[in-house]
Amino acid sequence: MSYDEKGTWAYLVASAGAYLVYLAIVGDRLAHTPAEQVVYVSVLLWTSAASVLASVVVRTLIETARPSDSRKSDVRDKEINRFGEYASRWFIVAGAGAALIMAMVKVDYFWIANVIYLGFVLWAVVGSAVKLVAYRRGL
Amino acid sequence: MTKPTKITNSIRALRFSRGELTQAQLADRIGVTRQTVIAIEQGRYSPSLEMAFQIARVFKVPLDEVFQYPDEELS
Repeated sequence: MSYDEKGTWAYLVASAGAYLVYLAIVGDRLAHTPAEQVVYVSVLLWTSAASVLASVVVRTLIETARPSDSRKSDVRDKEINRFGEYASRWFIVAGAGAALIMAMVKVDYFWIANVIYLGFVLWAVVGSAVKLVAYRRGL
Repeated sequence: MTKPTKITNSIRALRFSRGELTQAQLADRIGVTRQTVIAIEQGRYSPSLEMAFQIARVFKVPLDEVFQYPDEELS
């Protein structure tokens, strides 16, 4: 497994894990409070920051357990990265489009922020998954 | 394991016929990771034309001794 592939695994685990934690916390609050009163901003910011930190930690742990021959990206790593970004960019577009429509019809900020966050998470998770499939099965 | 390319190659055989050149050594000579050499050997990655020439140059053979493409696909 190349250094970049390990990094993709770490990013996938950290992104999905952080979002699941966010969903668990905010989902629980949403079950007991109206959406417009749910305190979500601090949880969103903390889980986003934790996702970045977790990505670094997981990558370091994988690298410690199974050191890579080289830490340089080569042409295949770059092609796979481009392929994954290209395949998953639609989630960013869909999230932004949905947020725009929701703002136009005056949906509560809570839902607008969450649809944008979901778009970012899907971009990260689907993009990473596509890259990992490309690493294993080929471009 | 699926093979997304119809191009086949003789890199593995050439490595052994050239004094047991390792995947890591070949990777180092053409400036890629060992995983990329493995992917090329297994038909999971088609190298660029430039990289294909670099590989052929390492083995000092013509390009079509390293990479082959089935005849029926040309017609």
